[in-house]
Amino acid sequence: MAEEILMKGNEAIGEAAIRAGCRYYFGYPITPQSELTAYMAKKLLKMEDAAFVQAESELAAINMVYGAASTGARTMTSSSSPGISLKQEGISYIACSEVPCVIVNMQRGGPGLGSIQPAQGDYFQATKGGGHGDYHLIVLAPDSVQELVDLTMDAFDLADKYRNPAMILGDGLLGQMMEAVEFKEKPKVDLPDKSGWALTGCKGREHRYIVSFDLDPNVLEKWNIKIFEKYKKLKEKEVRYEAINIENADLVIVAYGTVARIAKTAIQEAKKEGLNVGLIRPITLFPFPEKIIAKTAEKVKKFLTVEMSMGQMVEDVKLAVNGKADVEFYGRTGGVIPSPVEILEEVKKYL
Amino acid sequence: MKKVFGRPESLTNVPFTYCPGCHHGIAHRLVAEVLDEFEVRENTIGVCPVGCSVFAYYFFNCDMICAAHGRAPAIATGIKRVKPDSIVFTYQGDGDLASIGTAEIVHAANRGENITVIFINNAIYGMTGGQMAPTTLVGQVTQTSPYGRDSKTMGYPIRMAEMLSTLKRATYISRVALNKPANIIKAKKSIKKAFQVQLDKKGFSLVEVLSTCPTNWGLSPIEASKWLEENMIPYYPLGEFRTPEEVA
Repeated sequence: MAEEILMKGNEAIGEAAIRAGCRYYFGYPITPQSELTAYMAKKLLKMEDAAFVQAESELAAINMVYGAASTGARTMTSSSSPGISLKQEGISYIACSEVPCVIVNMQRGGPGLGSIQPAQGDYFQATKGGGHGDYHLIVLAPDSVQELVDLTMDAFDLADKYRNPAMILGDGLLGQMMEAVEFKEKPKVDLPDKSGWALTGCKGREHRYIVSFDLDPNVLEKWNIKIFEKYKKLKEKEVRYEAINIENADLVIVAYGTVARIAKTAIQEAKKEGLNVGLIRPITLFPFPEKIIAKTAEKVKKFLTVEMSMGQMVEDVKLAVNGKADVEFYGRTGGVIPSPVEILEEVKKYL
Repeated sequence: MKKVFGRPESLTNVPFTYCPGCHHGIAHRLVAEVLDEFEVRENTIGVCPVGCSVFAYYFFNCDMICAAHGRAPAIATGIKRVKPDSIVFTYQGDGDLASIGTAEIVHAANRGENITVIFINNAIYGMTGGQMAPTTLVGQVTQTSPYGRDSKTMGYPIRMAEMLSTLKRATYISRVALNKPANIIKAKKSIKKAFQVQLDKKGFSLVEVLSTCPTNWGLSPIEASKWLEENMIPYYPLGEFRTPEEVA
């Protein structure tokens, strides 16, 4: 068994990325994720065949990622909400070009400059595309420092497997807190060879190009359809969630990340008071675990979605429930974190 | 029979999409000749911009990537940091490099990225139909300066080569023109020098290429070359602004 180390969330992501073979990081400082950028600087600047660049802007950072990743190298950038908005142009190009990379968003309060406290207001942006055009990211939502590590490693594999950018959607709380983590040896996964598309110089083959552009609408439509085939496969094969006590619950909470963790405490407290509450915690936000929610809605008639937003994921929960049960919502926003007591009070309203 | 002239290997056989009298074709050819002469085509990755030369990836017979508007130097940075032994160049217009991508070019130069930038300055936005560029001359009429560029509200044209030459890590900066054979020969030499700097791993190199846009200037190709000579060169002097010797 690997040794457990006490680490701050942001730094744990950095270490996980390096252990996953990421040697190229491009970023710009922003609270509450700056420790990750600093960690990558400390490590990568001392490594051979590696690069850390503090970019002049978020736009430059994501485009440096585009360039580095287009050679086939595992590449990462990270930021927090306002910075992620700035990266959207590049993310759209990268998704269209089918270049794999990992983007970390440690969300903070918004909109605008917002606050520097934890929030989940970027759910729409992360899961519905974010930039212009039709596309999705693979979106993973950890709820602990350990999961930040595990999902960061998985994000690189998923990105490579599907040739699609993957996002770790955390928040300032996960990034700032310290927990014991273990860097487990990952079993080797078979990943597609990149030699068929990466830009390496055209020695011994025809020249090739990576673009996100075609003036022929029929060609571009086919291109979009091809990209969406990947999303179909993702929905079939890569959905992840955690389910607790959903079989016999009178009400099921749907929450991800930090909020799911708080909800777990609320559920324990509810049990003490004789209330039977379950939890569905989406781990992949895209692909969204709609099937388990739909299945649960056959039996459980009350859902409560809890988010640190004014209500974003709740729309996907409603789509999955499809009118078969009541879907209620409780949200705190602007950087306010809901307490277990507050969630429990909300649960009691519906039981 | 001895072949004395042909298409450089670094150009594909795809016909250029440029307007008659536009200098992009000459600039492409000069870059391709230099890649051939250094025998680096198979080890080169080029970055094309948004603008008339967006389709450069069809024309250059080396690996290419197409950047978002202005972001080519950032993409080139990413590529070069992974592949320091590859030859990496960007090909950018004036709207791309001197307006929307000002931050990217300044900081790539300031970091001394070991890349070569071919900067086409034709004093106008070509692909979008002739709007004012940061390099548009004072008094020049464009779609968005219909009464002529007014320096009081629109500023003066930016001299990018001179501006970038103030940066300590910029190794080679020059300005050339393609309006007549003598200038084309000088341009080729300068482009070759820029790539030599990269091959020697001496840092950032940029060649600003004064070019025509007969279509959007509303001039014939010959008139356009004359207009460049009489109006652009006096404002944008040709020559070398930084050389490796100065940096060393």
